[in-house]
Amino acid sequence: MANADCIIIQGSNMAECHPVGYQWVAEAKARGAKVIHVDPRFTRTSAVSDRHIPIRAGSDVVLLGALINYVLTNDLWFKEYVTAYTNAATLVHEDYRDAEDLGGLFSGFDPEKRAYDTSSWAYAEKGDGAIDEPGPGSEHGADATARAAGHAFGSGGPPLEHAEVQRDDTLQDPRTVFQIVKRHYARYTAEMVRDMCGIDAADFEYMVRAITENSGRDRTTCFAYAVGWTQHSLGAQFIRAAAILQLLLGNIGRPGGGIMALRGHASIQGSTDIPTLFNLLPGYLPMPSAGRHDSLEDYLSVIGSKKQKGFWADADAYTVSLLKAWWGDAATADNDWAYDYLPRLTGAHGTYETVMGMLEDEVEGYFILGQNPAVGSAHGRMQRLAMSHLKWLVVRDLNLIESATWWKDGPEIESGELRTEDIETEVFFLPAATHVEKAGSFTQTQRLLQWRHQAVAPPGECQSELQFFFELGQRIREKLAGSEDERDRPLLDLTWDYPTDEHGDPDAEAVLAEINGRHLDGPDAGKPLSAYTELRADGSTAAGCWIYTGVYADGFNHAANRKPGQEQGPAAPEWGWAWPANRRILYNRASADPAGKPWSERKKYIWWDEEQGKWVGDDVPDFPVDRAPGSKPDPSVGGPAALSGDDPFIMQADGKGWLFAPKGLVDGPLPTHYEAQESPVANALYPQQQSPARLVFPRSDNLSAPSAGTSGADIYPYVFTTYRLTEHHTAGGMSRWLPYLSELQPEMFCEVSPELAAERGLEPYGWATIISPRSAIEAKVLVTDRMRPLAIGGHTVHQIGLPYHWGVGNSAVVSGDAANDLLGVTLDPNVQIQESKVASCDIRPGRRPRGRELLDLVAEYQVRAGITIETGNRAVTDPAAEGIEPGPGKDGRTAGGPG
Amino acid sequence: MAPRSFLQWPVVRQLSTGDLLGRGPAVTSAKTKAIAPRTATADRVVQSVCPYCAVGCGQRVYVKDEKVVQIEGDPDSPISRGRLCPKGSASEQLVNSPGRQTKVLYRAPRSKEWEHLDLATAVEMVADRFIETRRRTWQQEDDQGRLLRRTMGIASLGGATLDNEENYLIKKLFTAAGAVQTENQARI
Repeated sequence: MANADCIIIQGSNMAECHPVGYQWVAEAKARGAKVIHVDPRFTRTSAVSDRHIPIRAGSDVVLLGALINYVLTNDLWFKEYVTAYTNAATLVHEDYRDAEDLGGLFSGFDPEKRAYDTSSWAYAEKGDGAIDEPGPGSEHGADATARAAGHAFGSGGPPLEHAEVQRDDTLQDPRTVFQIVKRHYARYTAEMVRDMCGIDAADFEYMVRAITENSGRDRTTCFAYAVGWTQHSLGAQFIRAAAILQLLLGNIGRPGGGIMALRGHASIQGSTDIPTLFNLLPGYLPMPSAGRHDSLEDYLSVIGSKKQKGFWADADAYTVSLLKAWWGDAATADNDWAYDYLPRLTGAHGTYETVMGMLEDEVEGYFILGQNPAVGSAHGRMQRLAMSHLKWLVVRDLNLIESATWWKDGPEIESGELRTEDIETEVFFLPAATHVEKAGSFTQTQRLLQWRHQAVAPPGECQSELQFFFELGQRIREKLAGSEDERDRPLLDLTWDYPTDEHGDPDAEAVLAEINGRHLDGPDAGKPLSAYTELRADGSTAAGCWIYTGVYADGFNHAANRKPGQEQGPAAPEWGWAWPANRRILYNRASADPAGKPWSERKKYIWWDEEQGKWVGDDVPDFPVDRAPGSKPDPSVGGPAALSGDDPFIMQADGKGWLFAPKGLVDGPLPTHYEAQESPVANALYPQQQSPARLVFPRSDNLSAPSAGTSGADIYPYVFTTYRLTEHHTAGGMSRWLPYLSELQPEMFCEVSPELAAERGLEPYGWATIISPRSAIEAKVLVTDRMRPLAIGGHTVHQIGLPYHWGVGNSAVVSGDAANDLLGVTLDPNVQIQESKVASCDIRPGRRPRGRELLDLVAEYQVRAGITIETGNRAVTDPAAEGIEPGPGKDGRTAGGPG
Repeated sequence: MAPRSFLQWPVVRQLSTGDLLGRGPAVTSAKTKAIAPRTATADRVVQSVCPYCAVGCGQRVYVKDEKVVQIEGDPDSPISRGRLCPKGSASEQLVNSPGRQTKVLYRAPRSKEWEHLDLATAVEMVADRFIETRRRTWQQEDDQGRLLRRTMGIASLGGATLDNEENYLIKKLFTAAGAVQTENQARI
C-alpha cells in the first residue's frame, strides 16, 4: 500500500481496526498519495484521510458501478491491459440475458429454488455451444449455494471444461464481455449515486478523478476493505465490483495496486487456507458432496479440467497428495487413495445451519475454540437458545466467555426464557494456552506465514489446541482400537503420530512439515517438497496443504525466517514465508506489458529478461519462469503448458482476469445493486428489491423488518450498522478480561446524529433502547456530528452506529448488551456470510425493560409492523416486471401484504 | 536532614550534567536510578507475533524466571517496524490477566455451579461423549444409497485465533471422524 498513488478505504475503518498496518497508508500519503475514506460514519480513518465520503450502508455497488460506468463512458480504461489481460474480448453465449433486460434478474432464475441455473452465463464456444464447467454440466445455483462453493475460489478461479474461448479483440461485438459490462452499468450514474448512496456530485467527482488520475502506466490505485464489504447479503459482489474497476484501470498484479482484504483475526487467513470450514479441504479443494463427488473420478473431473489453462488443471495431484498425507499407506491406488474415507456434504452445513440443527436437537456436542458465538455471531439469542439444546458443550478459551456461562448468567436467564436448573447441557471449560505459550504459525492477511516461538509453558491446566486435539485423537483411537466397524477405519488408519516434548505437547514443526509435504518414493523419499509443482497424482508425494508446499523446503522452517526488515528491500522476502512460493504480489506478471517490459520505470516490478530468457524482478515471478511474453501455445494442451505469454492470471481457467464471471458466482455474473434484506429505501435501479438468490431463513425466531414500500416499514425506520473499536477485539474474549483495555472502553454505546437525537429525544450520555424484530438492547447515547443524516431519494435516512464488543455475563471486567442480538440471519449465497452491516431498527430514550417485559416490547413492535415469517423473504419482488410468471398466491405480490 | 550543598541545586545539576532542560539525569531520583526496565533484566527475549488482528505485527516477549514480564513491538518486523496498537501493547496482560482461567471447569446437567475436574478426566469424558454421539448419530448413506459416512451430531466453531498447525489437526481429526460441521470466524 505504501507504493500506491491513491488509496480508497471502503468498508473498513483501517486506522482504528488495523492501526499498525495503517502506517503504510500514512507513508503513501506522506509521499503525496490521495487517501479517501468511504464509510457511513466519520471515523478515525476519515480523520486522517484527504476526504471522508459518507455513504448509506449497503449501497456500495451503486457507487462502484458508477465508477465503472464513468471509466467506460469517458474512455479512461487501460486499453492495453484490459484487452490483453482480462476477458473483455471474450464472447458470452447468446442465451445470456442481463439484469437490465429482466428488471433486476439475470437469465436462468428459478423462483421455486430461489436460485439461478447459471448455464446461460457461459462463454460462447465455436459453433453455438457454451463452455461449461468440467464434468456432467452446469451445477445449479441452489446446489452451489448449499456447499458455499464460492469459498473454493480462495486460491484460483472456477473451473471450465476448456479454454478455447471465442474472442473479438475489437471489443465491438455486443456479446463481448466488454460490451455487456458497459450496458450493465449504463444506468449507474452520478445522479443514481446521489439518490441511492447519499453522495453528492462533488464528492463523486472528487473520487472518480482521484482514482482515474492515479491509475495507468505510471500510477496505481489500491482499494482496502474489511467486513464492511463482506457482511452483506451480496457481500461477494461488493468485492467483485471493486475487482472489475481495478481490472479496467490496470491495477491488479502491480505494486501499489490490488484490493487489500483487512482481516480481523491473527490467523483467519490460515484458518481459511487450512480450513476449519465445512465446505473446504486444505488448499481450497472442495469438501465432497453426495451426488456430485461420489467417486474420486467424479470429484477430480469437476474440480478442475485437464483441458483448462493454468495450475488448477493439476488439482488431481493436490488431492491425492492430501489423501496420502492423511491416510499414509492405507491410501492406495486400489482404494482411490482412500477417497471414500472422506465424509460427504448434502447441503449447507455452515455455522448458522448448525445452530438451527441444535434447536432441532440434531446436534448433541459442540466445541467452541477461541470464539464467542453468544456475543460475536449474528442473532445472539438464537445462538444461546440453541446451545441450551446440546447434550454436551466444550469451550476452550483463555477466559470464561459468555459462550461458556450463558446457562447461568445469560440474557435468557434474566428474561425467564431459560431456567438454569432446567438446562440439561453438560459444559466443559478447558483453559487454553496463549500465543506465547505454544509454538506455531499464523497466516496474516497478506498470506504471510509467521512462526511464533514458545516463550514459556502454559500455566496450570492450560493446553494448546495442538496438544488437546492430539490427545483427544489418541484417546478416541485407543478406545476404538480393534474395532471391526468399517466406519472407524478413517480414524484408525489416520496418520496421527507426532513427536512430543516432556509435557506431551506435540512438535508443531513436525505438523508444519506434514502440511508442507514430502516425497514418498524414489531417491528423495522422505525429503521435504520444495514447491507445489512437485506434487504428483500417483501417490509418490504427500502434502497436507498444497498451497503451503515450500514453507518447509529443504527441511527448514521458512515461516520462522527473520532477517530484519531494515536489511532487506521493500518486498522483504526473507521475513516469514508467503503462499504460494513466497510470492508477495499475486499475478505479478501483469506488472509488465504484453511484451514483458515494465509498464513504466516508476511501477517496475517483474519483467522479461531477454538475455536470460526468463522473468526476473523484485519478487518471485507468478508465471512459468521461462514462458516468453510472445508465446502462443495451443490452448487445447491444457494446464500450465497452455498459458500464453500474456495470460497473467495463472490460476484462472482461461488465464485472464474476469470482468464478467461466466462461472463461480451464484447470484449473478456481474455485481448488481440490490437493497439489503431490511431497508427503508426502495431499489431505484430495478423492480427487484433484494438480491433474489440471497439465503433466507423464514422462521418465527428470525423475523425481518418490512422494507420500503410495504406496510410496517415505518415501525423500524432507522438503519443500524455494527463496528469495532481499536481497544477491543471482536466479541471481547481477548479484551474485556484485560483491565487496561476495559478501562479504555468500558461500556456499550450507540452513535447517533444530533438530528436523530432531536427527532427521538435522545439525551447525550443518557440511555437509549434499540429495537429490531429480533431483540432490544440498551446503550449509552453518543450524539455526534460524525453521524450524518443522508438525503436519499427525497427522504432523510438516519444511520446508527453500534460497536459489538460487549456481552451479558458476570465474568468479564466490563459487560453490556450485545449489538449482534439485534441481527437476524440472512446470508450471502456464495459464501454463506451473514448480513450484519446493515439492518433496520427503532431507537428511543431510556433503558430497555427487564425480564418478560423485554420480550413483550419486541413482540409489540412485531405486531405493530404486521410482521409474519414471510415478511421480507420473497425471492422475486415484482414477477410481472421481471419476466417471471406469478404462481397464484405463491410468488405473486399480494395486495397490501408485506414484501 | 542535613542541609543540601549548593552542588545539589537543580540549576547546577542541569549545567553539570548537560541536561539543560531538566528532563533527564538532572532530575532523576535515586530510586529511579536504582531500577532497570523489565526489558533489560529479562532472562531471554523470544520473537513472536501479535495474537489479535491479521496485520501480523512482530512482538518481542521478555521472559524472567519463566514468566512473561513484558511484550513489546519488534523493530525488525518489516510489517510493523516495532509498533503495536492498544491491544497488542496490552497483550502481556492477556497472558497474565488476573481473570484468566487456568483450571478445568465442569457444569453437570441442571447444576447451578461449576465444579473442578481433573484435566485427564475431562479429556476422557469428552472422548467418551464424542464416540457415543458419533455412534448414535452416524449416517452411513443417504436415502438414495449414496455414501455419506458422517455424523451431524458433532460440531465445532473456532480456528481464526489458532495456529495453522492446530487448524490442521482439528480438520484432520474431525474429517476422519466424519464430523463435517467444523466452522470458524471466516464464515462470520
